Parts: sequence; C-alpha cells; structure tokens
Amino acid sequence: MTATEVPAPDDTRTPGGNPLGFGRMLRKEDARFLRGQGRYVDDVVLPGMLHGAVLRSPYAHARLVSIDTSAAEAHPRVKAVITGQTLESLNLAWMPTLSGDVTAVLATDKVRFQGQEVAFVIAEDEYSARDALELIDVEYDPLPAVVDAKHALDPDAPVIRDDLEGRTDNHIYDWEAGDAQACEEAFAKADVVVSEDIIYPRVHPAPMETCGSVAHMDKVTGKLTVWTTTQAPHAHRTVYALVAGLPEHKIQIISPDIGGGFGNKVGIYPGYVLSIVGSIVTGAPVKWMEDRSENLMSTSFARDYHMHGDIAATKEGKILALRVNVLADHGAFNGVAQPTKFPAGFFHIFTGSYDYPAAHCKVTAVYTNKALGGVAYACSFRITEAVYLVERMVDCLAFELKMDPAELRMKNLLRPEQFPYTSPTGWEYDSGDYPRALSEAMRIAGYDDLRREQAERRAAAESDPSVPLMGIGLSFFTEGVGAGPRKHMDILGLGMADGCELRLHPTGKAQLRLSVQTQGQGHETTFAQIVSHVLGIPPEDVEVLHGDTDNTPFGLGTYGSRSTPVSGAAAAVAAQRVKDKARLIAATSLECSVDDLEWEHGRWFVKGDPTKGQTMAEIAMAAHSSLELPEGVEGHLDASVVYNPPNLTYPFGAYICVVDVDRQTGVVKVRRFIAVDDCGPRINPMIVEGQIHGGLADGVGMALMEVIAFDKEGNNLGGSFMDYLLPTSLECPSWELGMTVTPSPHHPIGTKGVGESATVGSPAAVVNAVLDALQIRAADMPFTPAMTWRALQGRPMRPDLAIE
Amino acid sequence: MQVPAPFEYERAASVDEAVALLARHGPEARLVAGGHSLLPMMKLRLARPEMLIDINDLSDLDYIRTEGDEIAIGAMTRHAGVLDSAVLAEHYRIFAEAERVIADPIVRNRGTVGGSLCQADPSEDLSAVFSALRGTAVIRSESGSRNVEMRQFHTGPYETAVGAAEMLVEVRLPIRPNSGSAYEKVERRAGDWSIAAAGAFVQLDGEGRIADLGIGLAAVGADHFTCEEAEDALRGGTPSEEAIARAAAICAEGCQPQADQRGPVDYKRHLVGVLVARALTRSAARARGEAA
Repeated sequence: MTATEVPAPDDTRTPGGNPLGFGRMLRKEDARFLRGQGRYVDDVVLPGMLHGAVLRSPYAHARLVSIDTSAAEAHPRVKAVITGQTLESLNLAWMPTLSGDVTAVLATDKVRFQGQEVAFVIAEDEYSARDALELIDVEYDPLPAVVDAKHALDPDAPVIRDDLEGRTDNHIYDWEAGDAQACEEAFAKADVVVSEDIIYPRVHPAPMETCGSVAHMDKVTGKLTVWTTTQAPHAHRTVYALVAGLPEHKIQIISPDIGGGFGNKVGIYPGYVLSIVGSIVTGAPVKWMEDRSENLMSTSFARDYHMHGDIAATKEGKILALRVNVLADHGAFNGVAQPTKFPAGFFHIFTGSYDYPAAHCKVTAVYTNKALGGVAYACSFRITEAVYLVERMVDCLAFELKMDPAELRMKNLLRPEQFPYTSPTGWEYDSGDYPRALSEAMRIAGYDDLRREQAERRAAAESDPSVPLMGIGLSFFTEGVGAGPRKHMDILGLGMADGCELRLHPTGKAQLRLSVQTQGQGHETTFAQIVSHVLGIPPEDVEVLHGDTDNTPFGLGTYGSRSTPVSGAAAAVAAQRVKDKARLIAATSLECSVDDLEWEHGRWFVKGDPTKGQTMAEIAMAAHSSLELPEGVEGHLDASVVYNPPNLTYPFGAYICVVDVDRQTGVVKVRRFIAVDDCGPRINPMIVEGQIHGGLADGVGMALMEVIAFDKEGNNLGGSFMDYLLPTSLECPSWELGMTVTPSPHHPIGTKGVGESATVGSPAAVVNAVLDALQIRAADMPFTPAMTWRALQGRPMRPDLAIE
Repeated sequence: MQVPAPFEYERAASVDEAVALLARHGPEARLVAGGHSLLPMMKLRLARPEMLIDINDLSDLDYIRTEGDEIAIGAMTRHAGVLDSAVLAEHYRIFAEAERVIADPIVRNRGTVGGSLCQADPSEDLSAVFSALRGTAVIRSESGSRNVEMRQFHTGPYETAVGAAEMLVEVRLPIRPNSGSAYEKVERRAGDWSIAAAGAFVQLDGEGRIADLGIGLAAVGADHFTCEEAEDALRGGTPSEEAIARAAAICAEGCQPQADQRGPVDYKRHLVGVLVARALTRSAARARGEAA
C-alpha cells in the first residue's frame, strides 16, 4: 500500500445491517450502556464483601508524630484499621513506581502531599467506614511545603524525599535529546530569535468513573481476584506478582466496564493495594471506591511542564532551529508511566511537523509537595506538551515576523516526498501529506474570509470597546503512537508488544481475545470490524473479549493511543492467518489446488467457477469435522499472534479555532473549531469522530478552564468539580471535522490510532486564537475570564499558583 | 462515595407541621427542599444537621401569581418554574436572565427559591435579584407570620433573619409600571458560581428620569447584595451613559470581593463596573420600551 492509496469502502451490508468490514456502525457495547446495564467495578457485589475508606493527609508536608486508631477500631461495624505501621510489618509500606522510584502505600514517616493516604478503615458498610475515619486521631508536625516548581531546587528548599538515603535536594533527573552544538550554530546564524516562557499547567484526566477495586483473596485456593479500574490489566497482574511476591498464576485481574481512563487508570494506586491487603487481613472481599475529590487530589495528574523555548529563523520565515528547557514538576514521588528509556516520554518529538535541521531539549525533573503522576490525560507520552511548545513558538515567531501564521506554517511543513522522515531528535515519521491537511482545514474554515472579517472587526473595535475581539488560531500536530517496538520501549522491563487470539467456532462465529482494555473507545465494535474486514464475516459474529487476565493473552494495555496501532495490527494479522489456513482447508474440501482458489469477501472459491466455493462458516465447520486435513494443517480454525510494532505510527492533523473575546469582561467564546485529522484509514468513522469530539472538548477545557493550582501551603485548589472545571456542551462549538487519509506503510491495515490526537493538537489552536484576538505574543492558559483580562492588561498571572 | 454523617429524617405534610418539627427538634434541625446546596455540603461533612425535615410535599408553596399590585412567589417554587414564568417574564425580565445562568437544568428542576435564599450563599444569584427588586420575605413560625425586607434578610454569609423555628414561605415584589430589569453574570463555565454578577431594575417617570431603581450584586461581598450609594446617585436623574458609568464605578469601589481562583480583586471590581453598567443600560432601554 502506498502513501496515497486509500482502500475503497466496502458497501456490502451484513444481515445485521452493519458494514462488512470498515464503515459506520452503531457500537455493539452501547446496547448495554444505554440501558444502564454496564457493569463497572462499583457494580461488583460479592457475598460478605466489606468496604474500605482511606484517611488522607490534610497537609502537603508534615511529619507524622502519632496515629491513634483505637476509637475507630472500637466502632461496632469496623473490622480492621490499617496504618503505615501495619504495612511496614508486611514490608508493604512502600511500593515501586513505574519510573524507578518508590511511593508510599500508607505514610510512615511523613506526608508529602495533601490527600496522601495515611490509614485505611475496613468496615461492614461504606457509611461506617467513612464515619470511622473521623475517629482516627493523627498528630502531624507541619513542615514548609515546596509548591512552586521554580523554587524546588533552591538551596534552602525543604528536602521532600528524606526517606531516600543520601538525598539532599529535590532534583530527580536531567535528560536531554538532540544536538546542542548544532542548535548553537543555527542560532548564531539566524536573523530572528524568539524566546518565550510557556507553562503547560497541571491538569487532571478526571474520568467519569473514579478509581476503585474489589479484592478477594480465596484462602482455600490461594487465588487473588481483583476487579479494578485499570487500562492495563496484564501489567497490573505482573506488578502485583513482583511487588507482593504473590504467584502470578494465582492472580486474576478483571477490568470490567471502565468509565473513561485518559491515562488516569494506568498506574497502581495505594487504594488498590489496600483493598488486597484488606482482603488478606480480614479474609473477606474488600471494596474500595474513591470519591471525586479523592480522584482529583491523589491520582495521576497530567502535564505540569514549565518550558522555556527559543526558536531561530531567517527573516523570510524559514525555521532554522528550536531548543527548549523544561522544568518538570513530578510531585512528591516520581510516578510517571513512561517507557523506561524515555523519562520525559516522547517529549523530544517537539520539533513537530516542520522541516529544520537543529533541535535540542533538556528536561529537569523535580520533586514538589504535590500528588504524583505525570503521564495521563490522553497526552501520548508527553506529546501534548511537545506540540503545545512548538505550536506556541511558531506563533511567537509569526508574531515577531508579522507574518500570517498559516503562511509561516505552510512555508515550513514537511513535504510529502520527505517521508519516511527522520527528525533531528531521531524519530522516523512513517507517512504524511501535511500541506494537504493544512490546505483542507483552511478551505473548510474559509481562512481568507475569516482574516478579512477579523480586520473589519478590529477597525470597528477601535472606536467601540464593546465590540468583541476576534481571534483565529492554528495548530498543526504530529503524533507518535502505538508503542513499542519492544526492543526500544518497555515498562518495568516488560516489552511493549501485545498478544491476540482469534478462534472461529464450528459454525463460523468468532471470538477475539485482546490484551488491551477499552475504557469507552469502542473496542468491542472496532476490533470486530477489523476481523470482519479481513475475514468477510459480519462484525456481529465476532465477540471481542478483553479485560480479564485469565481469559486473554498478555499485553501492555490501552494508553498512548496504542490499541489500534498495536492490538489492531495483532487482530488483523491473526485474521489473516485464519484466512490463510481457511484456504488450505477449503482446497482440501473442494478437492482442488490451493493456487486454484480465489478470495471474495468471506469466501474462497475455485477460479473460473464461482459457484464452487466455501464460505468461512463452511470452512470453519470443515475444520472441526472428520475431514482429513493435509499434512501440517491442524484441525480447528484459530490463530494467535504477538504483535511487535516495527515503529510508531504518526497520525497528524491541522486545526483552526475561531474565538470571540469580550475585552471588557475577558470572556472567551469559541465560535468555530475546524479539525482535519489524518489517522490513516478509518475503521469506524463514527467512532473516530466521537474520539475527536471528545479530544477537542478536552482542548477547549485545558485552554480555557482546567487547572489544578496550589496555594502557598500546598492546598490543592482543584479538589472538586466546582473547582476543577470541565467544559460542557455550552463551551463547545459544533465541531467541523475534515479528513485526509494517509495510511501507515508498516501497519497491516494502514491505521494509525486516533484516541489522543485531538487532545494533543487542540489546546494550542485555542490558545493561539485567544492570543491572536488579544494581539499579545504570549500568556499562559487557562484563559479564564480573569486570566484573559489580566493578560490584556499586560499583567498576566501564573496559572499554577493561587490567585491572590 | 462521599457520604454524610448520620442524621435523622422527617417529612412534613404541611407548613404547620414543618414549623412544629423545627420547634421540636431545635437548632440542629434543617429544612431540606431541593437539597442541591445542602446535600453536597453534608456529603463533604461541611454541614452536619442532626435532623432533616423534608418539605418537598409542600406543593401549596409552589406558585408565582399576581395579587393586586404585587407578585407573590412561593418558597417551594423551583428554579425551572421561575425561568418559565409568564408572570415574571411580563414584569421582570431579570428573573429569566438570572435563572438561565443558575447551575444547570437538572439543578433548576429541583432547587427552590426558598432554599436558595435561605442557603444564603454569598454568590447566590437570586439573593442579588430579590435585593435589587427590594422584595419582602414572608416568614412563618408556630406563632404566626412576619415580614422582613429582602435587604434585611441576609445577615451574613450563610446566615439569614429566619430563626431556628421559622420557615420562609413566600417572597413578595411590587409591580412597577414603566420599568425594565436585567441580569448580567460572568462565570468561568456554564453552571459555575459567578465571578461577579449584577442585576438591576430601572423605573422611569413621564420625563424619562429615573423614578426608582435597584441594583443587586452577587459574589463580590456587597452589603446585603446591593449598593445603595450607587442607587442614590442615579435616582431622579436621567439614565445617561455618564450617569450609569458613575453609578457602576461606585458599585465597583463599594463592594468587597475576595481573591480566589475565579479572579483577583482588581479584576472582580472591574467586572462589577462593567456588569452594573450593562445591567442598568439594558434595564433603562427596556423601561423605555426599546427592544433587547
């Protein structure tokens, strides 16, 4: 398949009215979700089940002096109270993070962020568990908190991690990529250099369903079953085995229906471990389900990058180099979930979608008295931060050159003939036609008319301050998704490859077992369509099984938009193997040579005699019959695959946002948003569009309202949905979507993954639009009315600190 | 799951029964109507009433009607009822404009006028509206009923003139001919509490001068949700751009907003000025019978 060839849509309809393969169809899972029949972790109720609740620290930084649990233990419905001391005796007070650090399960020496877990109560019902939390008496000795990342490395900053031997400061790591020397030379030659400080503030994935687990240790069989909110059930099983020393074959992780993940459900949280310990201690199943505030305050945050960018260019606007220094706020424990070799994730893809030879980045990570996390919220391993950086810097350059930002981008975009393209920081972009995508977005937007309208509006606004200012913002993004390959990418030593098993039953109905775990993306539909596309059997005849480690093959799970690029490929390869085997069996049944068989969708037939052939269902029955099969062909019809991706896939897109800003009040209204995405062929265009809609809303949210700030004492100021604002339909325009299709040359069906594209690409477009309206080069998001008004006043505020 | 501390529950079938239950259970008893403020606070354990008296059966307090030259609004009228009221649409556009930006439809279907006023949140939009309109609260107890001016109703944040064994049953408003009203609010997102909000009514005499007016302010620490100094400055004059700007400036100076994540003090004061001016300008235009 070449980079411009697009598979023709299959118009055949199945008996169920669905496309035979790719195309729009209703989601199979919605039949249960729309009836309220989804089964989430909190729907799991087991006989004799107990309920856990976590006591959390009110302080951001304090020494634990004493904990008195006697009153809580005396509560008539309380079964047990677990503290850090209890866990220390089991050697479980600390657990490893996914990034070479340790984190406290329950605090033993100090608390290091507000909301940190201090004690765990297990009671007969959730009300009593919560009531008993108030009966625990904890004495704290408050310490000064490190809140501002910019001061975390000050010589007099309190040392947060004095639990680590020899620790004298809050420095975690320095990491760099690219060529500093080449950058230096390019900057020396440049006509124009623009520098800017850019904060991508701390935000939270905030899935609709919070995190939780139900653990049941069967004392007789020694089997541990955990129903839990995880995007990566197999990885969780292995980590429990490694950390707690439990035998892996006696651990079953069940990830039932998941109400959104966005990265929030990758990590292992103390609550999960505590439900397991609780079940071991009490001998009964223990449920722990966090509330909204707990989710917002203590589980994986996202972003929190303080960036300084320098961009160099000729006066004609040809970009020569980009460099960036990042101060990364990792919170109190280094708990980011990145592939091992990439402590800053894929941030060094920050050169973006443009053609220039020199780039360099340096990332310094620090501890602060905040919750841990750091890869979450649909960021594609920090590509969101990277895209935001480069797309803001390009706009800063356009501002200085007084050049139209679309023209500047068009002048510098990679050209189609440059693919596969190796970026200055070492990424090999697989395929793309960037100018085509940008032209398409500008066509849909009516870009020239918008600029004309803007000029008229600006003229009118000069005499009338109530005339809203109009802004037009662009962003162009390139993503890299679908991690591995396994030789370059692993998490905790587990290579990033995923398994898949496809079995056709005798009647031709299929089961597909996946290692990845849907959180709402529609895997049960999309993966059935992949099998349908290859085998020509109706998608309603393919049952997709996932989320239960006892019944699915090993793999690393769903995050970083990796399901379709990795497991989608595995499913396609498995289906292809079944199709190949079916051909051998059909040739035996039809008593002809394999070479005489020709394929039409769902059926092998004899060349020249289309009436003589067998459908997949007939072949499946034959495969299970007494038919004598040729040597080397086993009975039954199945295949199993472990797919090790040869490279990432590189979806891309061009976004244009139009805003109106009331400069008297600072209120920003998103008037239009045009999104042209290229994720290769679209398996189910409806699902793709839904993913994009969600991501665009995320982008509007981050650009205009979402932020977790902290006050001087380290109090979390985003601990509820009245404080941490997610956008509603009223803040979102009716999205205008377009597409181009550039298949990935190395993926079996050319698909690239789209789950995170819009979240990655859209924030910069909204921010660029707001700043274009204000005619200001730079200010930090989120553009709440106050932030916007203060930026317009020339007195911008920092988004990460409390407003004073 | 967030769960409240233990509490007792009773359901009142009449106003008499509700006030009798209040009298019996004392100051640790609370009435619950829509519950959209009280229940979240209880779940966060910021409110811990020992007894909840549910008054959702008191549908006889759900009305909006004209009585002579007054409008009477029952305490159990839901926000959605206020938003849809033809009576209020005819006399006071301010209500629909304020209600449209209060929370969301789900909350408006349950939350009540009485509950909102008695919760006495400093950011409550209806408190600013009734203060602007100089309404009168009707409060019942076992011994009878008494009236309190809305501008005396709120005695502090989350505090009202309603005693422990009393219940707000109605709010009354004078009908004002030749008047117009409006509400302006800026929020970070639909459904958020306001950063600042301003409501107004303007009543004109035959010469186009301001015979009477009212200003309401929410979320900015204004005494009794209003600014009488600004009203006095405008009363009797014409609603010119300059006069309105002067009054708006007085409001901006006179209020006492606090910095929080919704904005710093300088911005909130600035916003008060902008919103008061817009609300007064639109009210005056409506009083003149002009569109919008």
